[in-house]
Amino acid sequence: TGAAPAGRLLCGPGLRRSGAGLLVTKCGLLRHRPAGPGAYWVDSQQKRYVPVKGDHVLGIVTAKAGDVFKLDVGGSEPASLSYLAFEGATKRNRPNVQVGDLIYGQFLVANKDMEPEMVCIDSSGKSSGMGIIGQDGFLFKVSLGLIRKLLAPKCEIIQELSQLYPFELVLGMNGRIWVKAKTVQQTLIIVNILEASEYMTAEQRRQALAKLSGN
Amino acid sequence: LQFMQRGLDSQTKKQLEEEEKKIISEEHWYLDVPDLKEKESCIIEERSFVRCEDLVYGRMSFKGFNPEIEKLMIQMNSKCKEEEIEVDDKMEADVSDEEMARRYETLVGTIGKKFLRKRDQHVLKDDDDEDGEVDEDKNSNIIPRKKAKKMFLKPQD
Repeated sequence: TGAAPAGRLLCGPGLRRSGAGLLVTKCGLLRHRPAGPGAYWVDSQQKRYVPVKGDHVLGIVTAKAGDVFKLDVGGSEPASLSYLAFEGATKRNRPNVQVGDLIYGQFLVANKDMEPEMVCIDSSGKSSGMGIIGQDGFLFKVSLGLIRKLLAPKCEIIQELSQLYPFELVLGMNGRIWVKAKTVQQTLIIVNILEASEYMTAEQRRQALAKLSGN
Repeated sequence: LQFMQRGLDSQTKKQLEEEEKKIISEEHWYLDVPDLKEKESCIIEERSFVRCEDLVYGRMSFKGFNPEIEKLMIQMNSKCKEEEIEVDDKMEADVSDEEMARRYETLVGTIGKKFLRKRDQHVLKDDDDEDGEVDEDKNSNIIPRKKAKKMFLKPQD
């Protein structure tokens, strides 16, 4: 739109640079962040994930082709993950990954021209929470907008849930959530609340949680 | 090619490289087009929501279910906040400054005694016992008291 202001400006998802201005490519609400580097982006809703470099996602191993694993991340193509991209992995010391395993990693390469590539280590070589997600737990899919709501700093839903029971939660930017609690019942309760919180208002959610903590 | 040999010094390698470049450059083809000036734009394209909305790390654990993940959560989220909180790393003191000063005064004395020479330590001990009583050791023998500190006596010629 208008002239470029002084200083850096981040043009986020939904916006594209064209000439000296910006073009909108998605429908939604325009958001603005004045601080940090100023940023503009379009807050849109979708269920289908498009791989983006640097995003942390939950992938399911579908095939093992030589030294490379194929992961299903919910995009148009399966992502590839090399067996060396784990912390402490060498040619002799291979990670124990089987077909059907759940992996939390980030995209190293993700553009529309190439097959997406994932890694389970960060730039300094440490795993920092990424890698194979262990046994048990429950994986389910939600819309991308809910994931962003849950990952916002100081999210109310997460804060309220954390008061209920001890549990572990992994959120992938591709819409997949993995939950693990001590019993199956607790796990399912958390799953139901997370799924329903997309359409519940804050009041309804608090009522539901109050009933649960009362039981 | 000569410059590829490992045995040569880097300097001789560079020289040989430059010479060979000069020889070759005339034969190389190049575009006879003036350089396009790249427009300096201040707009950076970012396709991830994580950077725009400052989303937190996706792996979480609550109420001690997975202690390693909880440690990681604190680490990851403090990395983001470090950029905001630059000022004031002062920790609140448990002890007030005045008390600290008082303690230090006495502390300097006690530690200082440790490093005195033997002669001076004796003097300190005498100073402490200046209440007029006579010292007695284990056998109840009266220890003669030295009245003056022994100074260095210059030998007379």
